[in-house]
Amino acid sequence: MAIQYTYHPDHLKNSEPIYTSVSSLKRGEMVFNIGPQHPSTHGVLRLEVVTDGEIVKEVIPHIGYLHRCFEKHAESMPFNQTIPYVDRMDYMSAMNSEHAYAMGVERMLGITDQIPKRVEYIRVLVAELNRIASHFVAIGTYGLDIGAFTPFLWLMRDREHILRLLEWTCGARMLYNYIWIGGLYYDLPLQFEERCAEFSAYLKPKLEHLETLLITNKIFIERTAKVGVLPLDLAVNYGVTGPMLRGSGLKYDLRRVDGYSVYPELDFDIPIGTGAMGTVGDCWDRTYVRMQECRESLKIIDQCLTMLSSELKRDKDFNPRALVPKKIRPKAGDYYVRAENPKGELGFFFRTDGRSDIPVRCKARGCSFVNLSVLPEISKGVMISDLIAIVGSLDLVLGEVDR
Amino acid sequence: MNAGLIFDLLKASFGQKVLQIDLNDQPQSIEIMAQENRELFTLLRDDDRLYFDMLSSITGIDNGPEVNTMEVIYNLYSIPFDLHLMVKIRFDRETPLIPTVSDIWKTANWHEREIFDLLGIRFEGHPDLRRILLPSDWEGHPLRKDDILQERYHGIKVDY
Repeated sequence: MAIQYTYHPDHLKNSEPIYTSVSSLKRGEMVFNIGPQHPSTHGVLRLEVVTDGEIVKEVIPHIGYLHRCFEKHAESMPFNQTIPYVDRMDYMSAMNSEHAYAMGVERMLGITDQIPKRVEYIRVLVAELNRIASHFVAIGTYGLDIGAFTPFLWLMRDREHILRLLEWTCGARMLYNYIWIGGLYYDLPLQFEERCAEFSAYLKPKLEHLETLLITNKIFIERTAKVGVLPLDLAVNYGVTGPMLRGSGLKYDLRRVDGYSVYPELDFDIPIGTGAMGTVGDCWDRTYVRMQECRESLKIIDQCLTMLSSELKRDKDFNPRALVPKKIRPKAGDYYVRAENPKGELGFFFRTDGRSDIPVRCKARGCSFVNLSVLPEISKGVMISDLIAIVGSLDLVLGEVDR
Repeated sequence: MNAGLIFDLLKASFGQKVLQIDLNDQPQSIEIMAQENRELFTLLRDDDRLYFDMLSSITGIDNGPEVNTMEVIYNLYSIPFDLHLMVKIRFDRETPLIPTVSDIWKTANWHEREIFDLLGIRFEGHPDLRRILLPSDWEGHPLRKDDILQERYHGIKVDY
């Protein structure tokens, strides 16, 4: 049955400026909306903007257009059935979110140490592939926002290879449901390791091209350096994490800090913003951190592939579902687990009563949600065109902001 | 420093306001009084032995009409000392009004708005307590256990 909707002019009130009233404006000020549907808001985000000429006086983000009741759904179904919903939160990096969620439930069950090494390495491999894909979208659409069209096409071309690799593992291009609690949906397909190594060799020079084409491009630097500077103390106070926090100069990566999964065994660096083109914590720093993280992820992928084709070689008796629990019934208590997503710290809070395999409460702490909340603070007094540059540099996925 | 030591430290400064410690939670949790706890939170952030500078998440929980309580849970993390702490407060379901921490950790602003939106818990002293995820004219708070969905929203059938 089609959804019946009866129109009334009052309904438009919801998308009118709510926070600011016209009578409260000073002389020369103007209030208007950017979004909810606008290419530079990367989804359905509405920004209520008060300007004085070209200068932005205040920005009030309005979110919720993509709210799909994740938490309400999660408290009505068993843990394992929630994984597809977790995919749909941050749809640009579903593997990473699944990894965080599965890890959280495994920690509640106390089976973290029993997960086979091969499973863990495959998880890290696919998560890092997905991290590159997510950063590619972030950098590509950011270029698009401020007028660089070619890098977007190049990055989408290379991201397509990653999506096809991931499609090969589980059949889906973006929403995988591949990492299960206690294991994986399937082992890697035959010859995946070889093809993935080929891809890794292919991608390395492409990243150099990207750096010359976009990151060190004079126009790009002019548009992003010294724009949207986020000082470190403010970033921490606002709970900002991920490349945004590292762009502000703090070497803080949960893969190293918490050392979950097999990350302690892997060798990779944590790039931070240095203010090479302007001030520490500007839009350029954040983008360059993402770009460097792609290189680090490639390093991790190479190490995983070496492990998966030598020490943890494919074995036809190996069953990645062997440890998948039939019934997931953790001990009663409260748990908070977190992991490093491409956009920052993805946290899950669980409360279980120990009597059912449905959580009493499951809350997702979305990194995009928290990162967006700093926008009003760093975009006071900038030009409107810089506001677009700042929104793009936050790397928002509205699916996760609204959950 | 572990949760036990933090508990002793808080107990020494705040006495009755610090209620109990739960070692089974991950990370370990401390329950404190729901009211007049802002000094305690400020101490957690500013003390040089703790320095909980990152508020990761705030969760609101409705325990249902039978128990008749609600809870708010703060997940704190200290970047310099790599400490985790879960702080819980519990209060009556009929009067869900607790002090805000949005001036101690600015990130709490949006977390508290989300809790207000989904559970109807009000935060005293919050600068801008509006709905955040649901539309501004939505009725009810859907994560409450006894919430009844409105039948129609702008002529659209809600429950289908």
